[in-house]
Amino acid sequence: MTLRVTSPQFKENARRALADRQLQKALGNVEQNFIEKRRQVAAKLPEFDLLRDAARDLKDHTLAHLDLYLEAYERRVTAAGGQVHWAVTAEEACGVVLDICQRLGARLVTKGKSMISEEIGLNDFLLSHDIAAVETDLGEYIIQLRHEPPSHIIAPAVHLNKEQIEADFRRVHTGFPAERNLEEPTSLLAEARSVLREKFLAADVGITGANFLVAETGTSIIVTNEGNGDLTQTLPKAHIVLASVDKMVPTLEDVSLFLRLLARSATGQEMSVYTTFSTGPRRAGDPDGPGEYHVVILDNGRSAMLGGEFREMLRCIRCGACMNHCPVYHAVGGHAYGWVYPGPMGAVLTPSLVGIDKAGHLPNASMFCGRCEEVCPVRIPLPKLMRHWREREFERHLSPAAMRWGLGLWAAFARRPRLYRFATRIAMKMLSLLSLGFGRFRWLPFARGWTKYRNFPAPEGVTFQAAWKRREKKA
Amino acid sequence: MSARDTVLATIRSSLGVTGSETPRRTAIEARLSLHPRGVVPKRGDRPAPSRMKLFQTMVEGAHGTTVELASPERVPAAVADYLRSKNLPMAVRRGSDPRLDAIPWQNERALGVSSGHSDGSDLVSVSHALGAVAETGTLVLVSGPDNPTTLNFLPDHHLVVVDAKDIAGDYETVWDAIRARFGAGKMPRTVNWITGPSRSADIEQTHLLGAHGPRSLHVLIVGEP
Repeated sequence: MTLRVTSPQFKENARRALADRQLQKALGNVEQNFIEKRRQVAAKLPEFDLLRDAARDLKDHTLAHLDLYLEAYERRVTAAGGQVHWAVTAEEACGVVLDICQRLGARLVTKGKSMISEEIGLNDFLLSHDIAAVETDLGEYIIQLRHEPPSHIIAPAVHLNKEQIEADFRRVHTGFPAERNLEEPTSLLAEARSVLREKFLAADVGITGANFLVAETGTSIIVTNEGNGDLTQTLPKAHIVLASVDKMVPTLEDVSLFLRLLARSATGQEMSVYTTFSTGPRRAGDPDGPGEYHVVILDNGRSAMLGGEFREMLRCIRCGACMNHCPVYHAVGGHAYGWVYPGPMGAVLTPSLVGIDKAGHLPNASMFCGRCEEVCPVRIPLPKLMRHWREREFERHLSPAAMRWGLGLWAAFARRPRLYRFATRIAMKMLSLLSLGFGRFRWLPFARGWTKYRNFPAPEGVTFQAAWKRREKKA
Repeated sequence: MSARDTVLATIRSSLGVTGSETPRRTAIEARLSLHPRGVVPKRGDRPAPSRMKLFQTMVEGAHGTTVELASPERVPAAVADYLRSKNLPMAVRRGSDPRLDAIPWQNERALGVSSGHSDGSDLVSVSHALGAVAETGTLVLVSGPDNPTTLNFLPDHHLVVVDAKDIAGDYETVWDAIRARFGAGKMPRTVNWITGPSRSADIEQTHLLGAHGPRSLHVLIVGEP
């Protein structure tokens, strides 16, 4: 039972998002906050770019030896008293979690933030078996109250304003006095804290994701600022970790490298508040901690990606820097992308996981400005990978007829340099004359898709090639 | 075929390997046993007194507070000072770490000190860190019979004692200390890196302290660096 995919309706989604004034106001926060904070914290660390190179190489090494690292990891988890479960599909992963919950007679499950959980649609699945799963990350909690998917991989409620959150709290938290003041974000936080504190203490099972799995020691790692993941995994009878195969990292030294990049790239912090390394269940003599420790390792299409041109996407550490810097994300927000992963990383990953037939619009929703690749901590060539998807889409005849015709026409020209130079020279002159010195067009035949929203700049009269030739001659 | 076998077989077929190639096995075994250090920022590589100052600066940058104490005997008075400054009741919950046991708590008569894990009703806890990292102002705590993890997360105020000489420059140094104590390839059930008090920015990107964990983090640095 996975989240409904609305990626095929990307264009309608985007149009609606552009007209949504609440959303546009909230999206302003993304552009203002994340970019400047990341820039400052990266500038303070002279080794930042060296770390990025090392992280890219280390991920490539790990992916090339993934089978062996997974086996080594499993041995260590077992030695520490934990249990590793494997799942090929989302359905299998949900089934493993349900079995553990039912065996323990669980009715209430608390959850730390996990994108894998969103990917496999775990909450709805558990609910259909009478198990209540409560999200405890503040952002995830808010969107769960609204029955919405996250709109950002590290800031799930970034599309909302505080007035909307206040309205949700008043609707759902009926045990509080109606006349209470919830105007300030602090009072909203205090109320959520008190509601969720009770859930933490009452939960039977705690489920978290994992930012990394360490093969050397059989350790899973979560990174949070709120501490909700720690309360989720420490207090209940059992801790279940959901992780995909690509979370693997060889050693503690290696994970330190990624931790130096993760928070800086994500929120612009030097380090997240809580980085927690968990290895197995409660030990003899421990005064607290979960009695059982399970790790569900999910594939869901990733191992197949290892063999193809999208392998580099598996380096992703889910920091969100690509979407924080993406002009398309800034304009339409995360929900328009129509599945779990938005922004540039989603535009590459979503077609791999749900199919290019459904998600073909996403790799096309880019102007290839290259900011995502520029900030990616593991240097994933996101524009190149989006281009690969466009090629595949073209090869499979999935792109619209007008586009295929246009590309065919252009290709015919481009292969005939003389004709191309002649035609473009004439066209440039004509356009320059037709613009009547305004320097722009407000309307052009065959270009309504462009001129409906913005002016088309008029050429100055010569083609680039001609200008270049003249320059060469002068030199 | 089990799910495990399917996943591993798909990975191997994608990589074009069988899983039994000796050079691949040697490569991962070497990495796992030698755990080579990668790029370590120079920031923390400095003499001990300056390292301690950097640690304090970084903790404060993450909205925590610090105090320097000449010896463990000064801890009870410093804890009492903290409680008074925040108008808190004179009671703390602590673990039974030997270094906390050795502190003369009885010197501070008004201070009630109980030990054990937290059930959520304690306002203030005191833990002892295994070490700290100056690079980012990060405390390193490990779980065990004497160090309940709940004390790190449930109380509103978390007070952490750390020996000045245990403040390292980088994370790698702390991993070596953990290997020396727990053995190669072994870890305590939980290692908590803590950098400042709990916070959230999930409401309109506004930074708020005290999301689910402690609203404040106070570090007591004991002894000479």
